[in-house]
Amino acid sequence: MKTKNTLNPSQLRSNIYKWISTVLVSLVAVLFLFPLYWIITGAFKNGVDINSAEPVWWPSEWVMTNFQKLMDRRSSPLFEFTIGNLTFVGPKIPSAILWLINSVVMAVGSMLLTCLTSAMAGYVLAKKKFWGRGIIFGLIVCAMALPKQVILIPLVRQMSSMKMWDTMWAVIFPIVGWPFGVFLLKQFSEGIPTEMVEACRIDGASEWRTFTDVMFPMIKPGVGACAIFTFINAWNDYFMQLIMLTKTENLTIALGIATMQGESSTDFGLLMAGSALASVPIIIIFLIFQKYFTKGITMGAVKG
Amino acid sequence: MTNKNMTLNMRNRKLMLRESTTAYLFLLPFLLFFVLFVVVPMISCVYAGFFEAVLGTSEKKFVGFGNYVKMFQDPEFINALWNTIIIVVVSVPVTCAFSLWVASIISKLHVAATSAFRCIFYLPVVTGSVAVTMVWKWIYDYYNGVLNYIGTETGLLEKNINWLGDPKYALGCIILILLTTSVGQPIVLYVSALDNVDKSLVEASEVDGATPMQSFWKIKWPQMMPTTLYVLIITTINSFQCFALIQLLTSGGSNTKTIMYYIYYAAFKDDNLGYGYGSAMGVILAIIIAILSAAQFRAGKEK
Repeated sequence: MKTKNTLNPSQLRSNIYKWISTVLVSLVAVLFLFPLYWIITGAFKNGVDINSAEPVWWPSEWVMTNFQKLMDRRSSPLFEFTIGNLTFVGPKIPSAILWLINSVVMAVGSMLLTCLTSAMAGYVLAKKKFWGRGIIFGLIVCAMALPKQVILIPLVRQMSSMKMWDTMWAVIFPIVGWPFGVFLLKQFSEGIPTEMVEACRIDGASEWRTFTDVMFPMIKPGVGACAIFTFINAWNDYFMQLIMLTKTENLTIALGIATMQGESSTDFGLLMAGSALASVPIIIIFLIFQKYFTKGITMGAVKG
Repeated sequence: MTNKNMTLNMRNRKLMLRESTTAYLFLLPFLLFFVLFVVVPMISCVYAGFFEAVLGTSEKKFVGFGNYVKMFQDPEFINALWNTIIIVVVSVPVTCAFSLWVASIISKLHVAATSAFRCIFYLPVVTGSVAVTMVWKWIYDYYNGVLNYIGTETGLLEKNINWLGDPKYALGCIILILLTTSVGQPIVLYVSALDNVDKSLVEASEVDGATPMQSFWKIKWPQMMPTTLYVLIITTINSFQCFALIQLLTSGGSNTKTIMYYIYYAAFKDDNLGYGYGSAMGVILAIIIAILSAAQFRAGKEK
């Protein structure tokens, strides 16, 4: 039963300190939220609000004109491919929508491939003793300490000689090859008792069955972390998208908005509408899978 | 006896062979991507650094270490190196200190509050560099930016400042955005490190009359050393690669070129500099980062 009177001075001081610091952190947090708030409200403001020298903190009216402009700006066919002499051209849709579709396809593709290859590789690196294991793991750790962007420069040439430059594959494959997922899932697999795996083998299950039926269900939280991590990284990997993609119909939403900025750099309403379109979907996904995400960050870091 | 040993040995080898085969079958899909899209480009970056070459043409001229000699006589490169060092020297310590401060406060709050704060500080990372840059461009805008408005209204600024156009301020503005996008991960790491600190030691120190400050620096801080080390290394790597902000905000103008931007510029934008030169700079950047990471790792291990 503590009342204010029984608090000794040092406890009181530490309580005051706690309150002040919490208020301070809250203020900083508001500053961190502000850019996002400014993107979303900005996307719905009318031209007068956008261009006023005195910031309009809350839109005087909520309008869709910025999104309208974004949609009317450019259009591209939904798909276009040739078989023999026949060329199939899909209906024209706004480029921004196509960019959004591209981003989703690219991020989902990278995510699925990365999770599959990393789960398999992480499993054997954690649970099997084999020749060359040390070398492979060493190589993986070394690669992770390298600047990823530097590696991407020679990749442009390689991709064009492999006829993959300016296609979705050029942005998917390097993400799949990046060893972070393997590292994460190796850490995770190490936490699974080896007896479980061995028991399954003794019962006569094949290696593949052991992996799919015993190992995979147990490392699911790790795979979840790997999935959400890869998805967000792929979505936001601006540098790679910039050097790998050029044709309007191949751009991702982030790259498309960035290109638009080059053309009309001061139409902030339009830019905010684009930014909202590029960031809100990924933020929603992040908020839904937040739990896995924090796990992924901490697991991937354990004494790298 | 020896016979038995030999059969055992044979069996071991056979087992090892079988295990290795399965292991490599499982590794194969990953290794395929890893070798093709990480290891090969790594090697070809070093290789390309010895040539004078232009992207899109097949002609190239072997110049040996010529690109490396040229680099250190190139004032643009020295300037870019200098800017990058400024970014790293400012952003790494500030990021670490700031995230440790935030983490130490929010980890004491209720679980829901901790997780809400963690989320907020991570948001700029998730938002993505393009959207973040766009909105900051507006905030920094000369005519209708929020920053100039608040500055002049509160009397801190005498008149509007051209934040991104003035070499005096541009780099600082970019570092500020970089900071907001790089504290997210360290905060998550520090919060979990603080959770994992041995509670009994902290309690024991408090019983012995240690102030919160003392128990933080004497008990918690040493236990968080591995996390600090990791945070230092990833922040250094990220700060060295600062690119999107520069390309989108100033395109290297107002004296904001960084090495990464200059590499991009040389390899893809300016055929007079060329692709080989860009690759050579990439090698130097990788070496600098490797040396720094190793040094930080060493220093952390000794402590």
